[in-house]
Amino acid sequence: MTTTTTSQIHEADVLIIGAGGAGLRAAIEAAAQGARVAVICKSLLGKAHTIVAEGGIAAAVGSVDPRDNWKVHFHDTMQGGKFVNNWRMAQLHAQESPEEIRNLELWGALFDRTEKGGVMQRLFGGHTYKRLVHVGDRTGLELIRTLQDKAVAERIQVFMETTITKLLKHDGKICGAAGYVRETGRFIVFKAPAVVIAAGGSGRIYSVTSNSWEGTADGQALAFRAGAELMDMEFIQFHPTGMVWPHSVRGILVTESVRGEGGHLTNSLGERFMERYDKERMELSTRDVVARAIYTEVKEGRGSPHGGAYLSIAHLPADFVKRKLPSMHEQFLAFAKVDITKEPMEVYPTTHYHMGGIRVDGDSTATNVPGLFAAGESAAGLHGANRLGGNSLSDLLVFGARAGRYAAQYALGAEHITPSAEEIALAEHEAQAPFEATGENPFALQEEMQNMMMSEVGVYRVEEKLKNALNQIRDLQERAANVRATGSVMYNPVWHTALDVKNMALIAETIAQSAHLRTESRGAHSRVDFPNYDANLQKGNMVARYDGQNVTVAFVEQPPMPQELHDLTYNKPEVAAAA
Amino acid sequence: MSETVTSTQVHGGGATADQIVSVDSATNQHIQVRINRGEAGEIEGRWEEFTVPLAKGMVVLDTVLWVQAHQANDLAARWNCKAAKCGSCSAEINGKPRLMCKTRVEDFNLAEPILIQPLQTFKRIKDLVTDVSWNYRINATIKPFTPRQDREWKWFQHDADRAQEMRKCIECFLCQDVCHVLRYQTEEKPQFAGPRYFVRTAGLDFHPMDGAERLEQLADEHGLGLCNITYCCSEVCPEHIAITHNAIIPEKERVVDEFHDPVKKFIRKIQKKK
Repeated sequence: MTTTTTSQIHEADVLIIGAGGAGLRAAIEAAAQGARVAVICKSLLGKAHTIVAEGGIAAAVGSVDPRDNWKVHFHDTMQGGKFVNNWRMAQLHAQESPEEIRNLELWGALFDRTEKGGVMQRLFGGHTYKRLVHVGDRTGLELIRTLQDKAVAERIQVFMETTITKLLKHDGKICGAAGYVRETGRFIVFKAPAVVIAAGGSGRIYSVTSNSWEGTADGQALAFRAGAELMDMEFIQFHPTGMVWPHSVRGILVTESVRGEGGHLTNSLGERFMERYDKERMELSTRDVVARAIYTEVKEGRGSPHGGAYLSIAHLPADFVKRKLPSMHEQFLAFAKVDITKEPMEVYPTTHYHMGGIRVDGDSTATNVPGLFAAGESAAGLHGANRLGGNSLSDLLVFGARAGRYAAQYALGAEHITPSAEEIALAEHEAQAPFEATGENPFALQEEMQNMMMSEVGVYRVEEKLKNALNQIRDLQERAANVRATGSVMYNPVWHTALDVKNMALIAETIAQSAHLRTESRGAHSRVDFPNYDANLQKGNMVARYDGQNVTVAFVEQPPMPQELHDLTYNKPEVAAAA
Repeated sequence: MSETVTSTQVHGGGATADQIVSVDSATNQHIQVRINRGEAGEIEGRWEEFTVPLAKGMVVLDTVLWVQAHQANDLAARWNCKAAKCGSCSAEINGKPRLMCKTRVEDFNLAEPILIQPLQTFKRIKDLVTDVSWNYRINATIKPFTPRQDREWKWFQHDADRAQEMRKCIECFLCQDVCHVLRYQTEEKPQFAGPRYFVRTAGLDFHPMDGAERLEQLADEHGLGLCNITYCCSEVCPEHIAITHNAIIPEKERVVDEFHDPVKKFIRKIQKKK
């Protein structure tokens, strides 16, 4: 048995869990409000999953197409989300994202330019106009580096390679958080009246994913265990184009920019099969539609040799491809020995993004737990049933900033309460538990869960499989409670995984239960047994609650939309543009 | 537009894509990897050899993660995106600084074990993980982006190209690892920022809207003069940034032309006064 040394208590006004785009944007904003900020970073600073975002930041700046404005962006987002988005978030997001582009430029971001010297924008699926501000196909890196540099310049305190294992509360309100520092295994405690969860998504619950090892749903699980509600958990985006081959790189993202810049999808018969699924928008249909199309082509025997569809950009000039898609060119050369300027890529859907997450107030990002806020992929609402490409980067900027602002305002007026010794001791005991457990290897359990979720709660869902999944998840939860860690507390991956699988198994249940309850097909949620929209289920969202023992999911209706937004949602963009 | 799904689309009954791929990629071969393990501060460490099943197209990081999941659960290694975009999984593979996720196993002679050890320039934390915090401290000393006030907020692609090359950096620190000025483990590094931070500084200096002056910092605090242009950093850069040619040499020229030359300094002063 290994023990950590005495906990140290660090104080902050706002504790931000996560150092990706949303977390860093929140930190910068909270610091600007005068709050003392501490940022928890699960990896090294600047390595967050935001980096893998390639295509661009959706913002109606109208630099390439002056017809664009927030109303069209709002319309596209609601249409893409199949009308179950939190409409207030969709409104704020569309209105405020252009300002965030301006902020990034003031902080040093260097986006690609138009011939007139403005920011370049590209087209993505479901967007009416060329809207995605970008740098080649490495936009996420530019965004992270810009925010990282700004945070460093502002001297914001960052705790790298630190994992939070529990949120601490007093009288129902947040008073801090506890966790451990990976390098030493030392337990660490934070005293803070406001906590922002900006810890990304849950893609690692599935076997084929574009997510890094960090996407283990821990932000969602931390909030859920602390009493926060989760929403829209059934909506998981399977990005249509992940790498298929070689097997070891399966699931790695192939940016939508390939299609945005003119790439074609074909099957083994050479057909541009998107004609059959969305004749009007073809390859630039929304991600849910394209993912289902590729899945279906392969299922029906028209797949490529490794079980995917062909995606080709080779009909465009090689120089153009290398300039617009340099990292795709490099990625396929290095991993698959494929030169995309000459040959097609093979692609297949990959678990990419969780539309669902922590339920928040659209304006303030506050959860139902006083002092707890959430932004970015950890939060739910903006994207509804299906996220449009590019809307995640603008999401984390707009709502990262809002989370920072509202958390700071809350914290500066709140009482700072020191977490009780008992609670700290309990948190430490729970974190240490895997070293005393005698159960199985958590890596094996994790793999089993990933394979099960992929096959039972994947692109297509059906009653029978979902029930089976729920049974298996309960079994996995029991076993996860007893997985064992070996070795010392210092930089120990099996310890980390032992804690991760508990979170993943808990969140997997919210996904399967919500998917089971949503007896319709909408956006990324496709039910074989309920292939159509259900008008009643368009009125709201699945909301998950946890009492520490049981997960319950219930349908909750949204407040009605104001008339103006209602009209914008359902009218054609051309009409919206003129409005 | 097809917005609904039918059961025939799903229950085709044939092999799933998952099955197709795993059957195709399996081989009966095994390979040997030798991983250098050790505790905090250990320089030599110990070599442990593992037998790993070979899958077609697998990368070195796959072998490390396989060992971690199956044979040495507490094997410490850093990684994140596994797509060569985050620069976390840097190591020395058969003696060369490389990203583990971008190094294909099949590119080596598989009759010999593949040797994997941590970056040698930084102190070991555990196994393949090293303490790269020194880099973050250097980074914090660089004068941040400072928007110019004297020109319109407008620029063109050709204005941005040079800086954009520098901003491709994924901070894998392979250039820092290979740099002979930094390549030894002492309590204190020499007064030298290293290639990564010349790249970062150049990225700021080349920014069309940046107005800060970093020459003095480059020349003194960051020790640019210690670089004697061996191009090692450029060779290991996984982003193919021409570090020496496009960052270090232009900055060295600026230091010589604008900072050290007393005549020019004097002329500039006079010109400024006019």
